[in-house]
Amino acid sequence: MRLERRDTPSRRAALLAPVAAIAGTLVVASLLVAWAGAPVAQAYWLLLEGGFGSRFAITETLTRATPLILTGLAAAVAFRARLYNIGAEGQLYLGALAAVAVGGLHGGSGWAAPVWLLFPAMLAAAALAGALLLLGPALMKSRLGVDEVVTTLLLNFIVLLFVGAMLDGPMKDPAAMGWPQSVALQEPLQLDRLVERSRVHSGLPAALLAALLLWALLKFTTHGFEIRAVGANARAAAFAGMPVGWVTVKVALLSGALAGLAGAIEVAGRAGYVTLDMSPGYGYSGIVIAMLAALHPLGVVAAAVFVAGILVGADSLSRAVGVPTYIADVIVATALIAVLVATLFTQYRVRWAGSR
Amino acid sequence: MPADHPPPPVLRLKGITKRFGPLLANDGISLELDRGEVLALLGENGAGKSTLVAILFGHYVADAGSVEVDGRTLPPGQPRAALDAGVGMVHQHFTLADNLSVLDNVMLGTESLWWPFSRRDAGRRRLLELGMRFGLAVDPLARVASLSVGERQRVEILKALYRGARVLILDEPTAVLTPQESDTLFATLRQMVAAGLAIIFISHKLDEVLRVSHRIAVLRGGRLVAVLPTAGADKPLLAEAMVGRSVEMPRRAAAPARQGAPACELRAATVLSREHGRGRPLLDAVDLQVQAGEIVAVAGVSGNGQAVLADLLCGQVALDGGSLRVADRPLPARPRAFVHAGVARIPEDRHAVGVVGDLALWENAVLERYHRPAYARFGVMKRRQAMAAAQALVERFDVRGTEAAGVHTVTRRLSGGNMQKLILGRALMAGREFGATPPLIVANQPTWGLDVGAVAYVHQQLLDAAAGGSGVLLISEDLEEVFALADRIAVMHRGRLGEPRPARAWTLASIGLAMAGGGQRQAAATAVARS
Repeated sequence: MRLERRDTPSRRAALLAPVAAIAGTLVVASLLVAWAGAPVAQAYWLLLEGGFGSRFAITETLTRATPLILTGLAAAVAFRARLYNIGAEGQLYLGALAAVAVGGLHGGSGWAAPVWLLFPAMLAAAALAGALLLLGPALMKSRLGVDEVVTTLLLNFIVLLFVGAMLDGPMKDPAAMGWPQSVALQEPLQLDRLVERSRVHSGLPAALLAALLLWALLKFTTHGFEIRAVGANARAAAFAGMPVGWVTVKVALLSGALAGLAGAIEVAGRAGYVTLDMSPGYGYSGIVIAMLAALHPLGVVAAAVFVAGILVGADSLSRAVGVPTYIADVIVATALIAVLVATLFTQYRVRWAGSR
Repeated sequence: MPADHPPPPVLRLKGITKRFGPLLANDGISLELDRGEVLALLGENGAGKSTLVAILFGHYVADAGSVEVDGRTLPPGQPRAALDAGVGMVHQHFTLADNLSVLDNVMLGTESLWWPFSRRDAGRRRLLELGMRFGLAVDPLARVASLSVGERQRVEILKALYRGARVLILDEPTAVLTPQESDTLFATLRQMVAAGLAIIFISHKLDEVLRVSHRIAVLRGGRLVAVLPTAGADKPLLAEAMVGRSVEMPRRAAAPARQGAPACELRAATVLSREHGRGRPLLDAVDLQVQAGEIVAVAGVSGNGQAVLADLLCGQVALDGGSLRVADRPLPARPRAFVHAGVARIPEDRHAVGVVGDLALWENAVLERYHRPAYARFGVMKRRQAMAAAQALVERFDVRGTEAAGVHTVTRRLSGGNMQKLILGRALMAGREFGATPPLIVANQPTWGLDVGAVAYVHQQLLDAAAGGSGVLLISEDLEEVFALADRIAVMHRGRLGEPRPARAWTLASIGLAMAGGGQRQAAATAVARS
């Protein structure tokens, strides 16, 4: 068999692709569910109910979706410009650490600045930390041609070790009974609950606003035009006079800032302090979400809610019928592959050798 | 008395049909090829030549129809089977490993991987024997990297012959050759058909086809519109069959040379290779003046520094020595500086460099100017103004294929000719924004791969621009184009530019000699003699 490029992408295939992708994902996942000895239909029902089926489920899903929207946006904007930022995880942790450094209860009280000053300063510090962390790889890419996939990926491990050292050292909370966790943020800096008796916090509207702003930036501004042109064809953009290296740097600062903000908002909206397990791979999931959303900022919101729902649903599924929570990772990963393959088929068709 | 059976044709295509979406690339094409014959496959770009050959060679599977070699049907979609049946292909872009020897390249893939030893001696003898037989002399132990383009093509042909090809397909084989090298190739082809091979010669150059072939098959819009013996054909007949109508090609009327300010002036311009530190010069002390209202053509075999010259005049590379002035001003080596100086730039590769294929037509129309006050304020694009400008460009430059989506058409979907009109329009309109006429137009291979109608359009635009006072630098490997448009012609060889001389002073023979480096040696010799 071989693949042939379609002359024009098929509209029917474009409509069928997502449906087929979901169906394929369900089939693959159901094999694993059956292997784990659980009834398949009931398992899917529990997954759906656990993710979206109750007030509690929905608020939990939205809480999880908040950092995922921001890391998804970080990946989407970078990938649009062909800057493959795999380092959102590290940028998130460094952003969280910077937030606590500015707004934490150091020496029992923290800095005595007014909240209206300290809160923006906290967010700015987090954004700056994430942005600067990505600046190095971006400069190395545009100046020396160093592959940013390698540098950003490896920086994740360096940052995690650095955060570990800080949590066991200068930023360690003396009241944590030996646990490696940071001092807490000052009470007024922590985000408000959006819904009573839930964990949804005001970081969610902030993330939605970020998605909207990024969409407008890409669509309506000269910066967005440059990002899209450089990403689609850097040689042609350079020939036309676009400052390709500078665009890469701008995108890096934006992407890193979004991931850093994700860290600050997660800290301020959830625990209030940094631990080494505060992110179950939000940075990496952001890449999957960006791909699922076809790098569209508004699509990122939908994809993040979908992935968060699967993660939350899988928790309740595992409590109910004993299917390991890893099923969530399998479903999300399979969905990504299925969507990529389905997109391929909107552009190519299969030819079987020997067939007429 | 038994019926007189003629031998079956060595190759027979029966009703080949191939569809790509709504496009019928091949429509029921039937053709036969006999031993000892050169069949020319003539057609414009997009006529279906490449698709037909790809099916013949097993790269594509036809929707209908079959391929027979010596009366036996080939299994579809298997290049291996085509090779085994004796079909050999010489691609336009060579498929050789530069760092290996000629012998290694030829033997590559012909030996069983299970046998531990390579039979190089036998291979070498066979290669030398083939070379003697067909007049394809190449040193088997030479590294391919050290060979000239003409020699590399010989290696490609030897590769096919070594594998026992009896049907040889040559895809645009003269595109990379000088006229003299083409003559050598034609002599070789005659020897090969005399020895009983059959050859399919793909081209869109009428002169060559008339010289080398026995029969001519003309494709147009995926259909076989004519198969005729070469003896009874002539150029106007073929051109009309190819295009479907008669096309008037614009020509340069003798224009008075204006002595104004030069549109562009290069003095001892030198650009060095960036590989391995600073190495050999890519442009070697080039002197060139283009006057306003004048068309100067730079001819030469591909890869002799024309691309660097074009990059230099588009702001893509910086000088390592010498000077560059456009409209009497020095310019920094940044594309945007050239755009602002009003230089209209038409790059060689329209898909990779000319446009961003995934963006909409209107976005490509303002790609050089999106940041100007006319199209943006405070970083927000004035989309309506940009789209209106694009619409004006579409109408003024007759860009087709935008009926469905207008200026929102994805640029990748445009045909080559319409894409070139878009680039031409963008370049000329950008130039106008900064002055009445663009002072300089740099056109690098502006009609490469375009069909006859689009070629005529582009030529007319360049002629009009020159008549309007722009200086035009035309870089082209197509000598017909060079002679049709240029007031003065200079030839480039190994990074050196010969002295531009009036077009009338050149002949096809003298230009071919200069392209092979001969003219310059002569000039150098005279210079030495004079001093």
